[in-house]
Amino acid sequence: MLKLETRPQASRVMAIASPLLALAITVVIGTILFVILGKDPLRGLYIFFVEPAKSLYALSELAMKATPLLLIALGLSVCFRSNVWNIGAEGQFIIGAIFASGVAMQAGPSTGRWIVIFVLLAGVLGGMLWAGIVALLRDRFNASEILVSLMLVYVADMVLSYLVYGPWKDPAGYNFPQTITFLKSTQVPRLFDGSRVNVGLPLALVLVAVFWVLLFRTYAGFQLQVGGLAPAAARYAGFSSRKALWTALLLSGGMAGLAGALEAAGPLGQLTPHVPAGYGFAAIIVAFVGRLHPVGAIFAAVLMSMFYIGGELAQSRLGLPKSLTGVFQGLLLFTLLACDTLIHYRVRWKGTPHAARPTPAAVSASTATTAVTTGKGA
Amino acid sequence: MEGFALLLAATFNAGTVLAIAALGLLINERAGIVNLGAEGLMLVAAIAGFATAATTGNDWLAFAAGAGAGALLAALFGILVIWLNTNQYATGLALSLFGTGFSAFVGIKYTQAKLSERPHFEIPGLADIPFIGPAMFRQHPMVYLAVLLTIALAWFLYRSRAGLVLRAVGESPESAHALGYPVRRIRLLAVMVGGALCGVAGAYISVIYTPLWVEGMIAGKGWIALALTTFATWRPARVLLGAYLFGGVTMLQFHLQGEGVQVPSQFLTMLPYLATIVVLVLISRNANFIKVNMPASIGKPFFPGS
Repeated sequence: MLKLETRPQASRVMAIASPLLALAITVVIGTILFVILGKDPLRGLYIFFVEPAKSLYALSELAMKATPLLLIALGLSVCFRSNVWNIGAEGQFIIGAIFASGVAMQAGPSTGRWIVIFVLLAGVLGGMLWAGIVALLRDRFNASEILVSLMLVYVADMVLSYLVYGPWKDPAGYNFPQTITFLKSTQVPRLFDGSRVNVGLPLALVLVAVFWVLLFRTYAGFQLQVGGLAPAAARYAGFSSRKALWTALLLSGGMAGLAGALEAAGPLGQLTPHVPAGYGFAAIIVAFVGRLHPVGAIFAAVLMSMFYIGGELAQSRLGLPKSLTGVFQGLLLFTLLACDTLIHYRVRWKGTPHAARPTPAAVSASTATTAVTTGKGA
Repeated sequence: MEGFALLLAATFNAGTVLAIAALGLLINERAGIVNLGAEGLMLVAAIAGFATAATTGNDWLAFAAGAGAGALLAALFGILVIWLNTNQYATGLALSLFGTGFSAFVGIKYTQAKLSERPHFEIPGLADIPFIGPAMFRQHPMVYLAVLLTIALAWFLYRSRAGLVLRAVGESPESAHALGYPVRRIRLLAVMVGGALCGVAGAYISVIYTPLWVEGMIAGKGWIALALTTFATWRPARVLLGAYLFGGVTMLQFHLQGEGVQVPSQFLTMLPYLATIVVLVLISRNANFIKVNMPASIGKPFFPGS
């Protein structure tokens, strides 16, 4: 019979190997799924893992989708490390996009490029505000941050819907639920001509470094982590759990808001009901697959971005529903959590209890020996 | 008057969905397990139920399919959190994300499908009483079953030996283990029964309540059901009352829209979600009150011999 045995120390090797193992298992399940659906599994895997990185253009699309995932996951990594369960990043993303759009729509023909900074800052502010509600209700009224942050996703979605169907609807938009197309001056600058990658990518990479320093080289980051790992120890040391709660939620909300702003003023260029693309939820998976580590999040974000693009390609090339992306993303998190067990436990094969059950005499004898040995040991 | 009776009837109907799911989650939580996967599980059950109803034409088979799908996914979740000691919140989230994707994936064939003529039910005699008849006695049998389930669960938890063991497992798994109860198997059973009930609720939504299949159609009802168990401080009767209250809020929204109230529909659609937040705030603000009623080991892993 297989038994789990606690490791004396968490395995550092498994902490790195676990996501790779989980990815391998997900690929195997994916292959089986393609066979069941009557599709060539090699072609399916090619579409998911090779095609999104085949050309310079494909790579730029990959980076473009990975950027919001990375930004949100950075904030969530801090949250989950401090044991604050913000699962409503999707809502904070939407409000960030709304705030950013609100500023972008103020631009006139003579507005300079400086407005982009305010567009992005407004997004950060919007995300922080939305997450701040969660922090306030948790702090003041002890309301579960899990449920409140999630409920606010639905509310944010309705706010967006109200705006694009109501006051912000483009009067010249043939009654489509969308705002005006933002002026050129408000657009987030692109890195190269001919690709949609914008300054969001280098910004995200800089923020990776910032978050790394924050988490591993500052006292505040240390306090956050202790609070998550050992709340009692943190209390004893006098670290404020309230401060940790506010920091974690405002940081993650701000990052999700920034991602929303970059999306609205970047590739979208206007507000539509299709702003929420599930990045806020996928980023939860990115955070875990990236080991709640800023550098790990880069790799995980690229992987998750591959799943997004692979899903779109599977729809056009193989005639499979786009929701295949969600299936694979969910599977990956499932298998990752299962594989993570190997970090703290090792699997041991033990004889079946039936064969191993000793006779009463042997029991008393063995207890006697144990007593003797422990006696000696002590 | 007639309109108000119909509003009441719709409230009971909407509340039934939440009640069945929340009672299932209550069983989980009484055993010490929080399943944040309720939403995904209900989505998969909804498509399983809808597909069954569309192909066989039998609603009761559809409920069974929903229950089966729910129990199966819950078992997967249970094995991960109970035997592999994975984090309950993260694993539940994984289930929700997977369920959302998986149900959309397998459901794509059924997005245009229609079910046969939906049956009408009425209790002979009682259904003809003015006002009370249309409000209460022309419901689907599941509405009455939810009430029976509440009574049965209250009896089980507080009057039966098995219920006592279940509560013991949730309050102090170490003591229950020391007494020789198979804590992990009891927890798995509780998780599967809870999953089956969430599954029935999911199937009821797609087969009777709506009745059709749309991607993501559970629309947060799994999360609201999770909030209901806290709201009810883990008591079955209060779960039922809370479910009707939320059913009322949901229905009020449609009612007001129908009356032509001058409020943008989006704000009315927000109501159930805002109500959930308000209710959570009101009930949680007294931390001691929550703590007294909350199963002590909720959310914590139990690893015998560690």
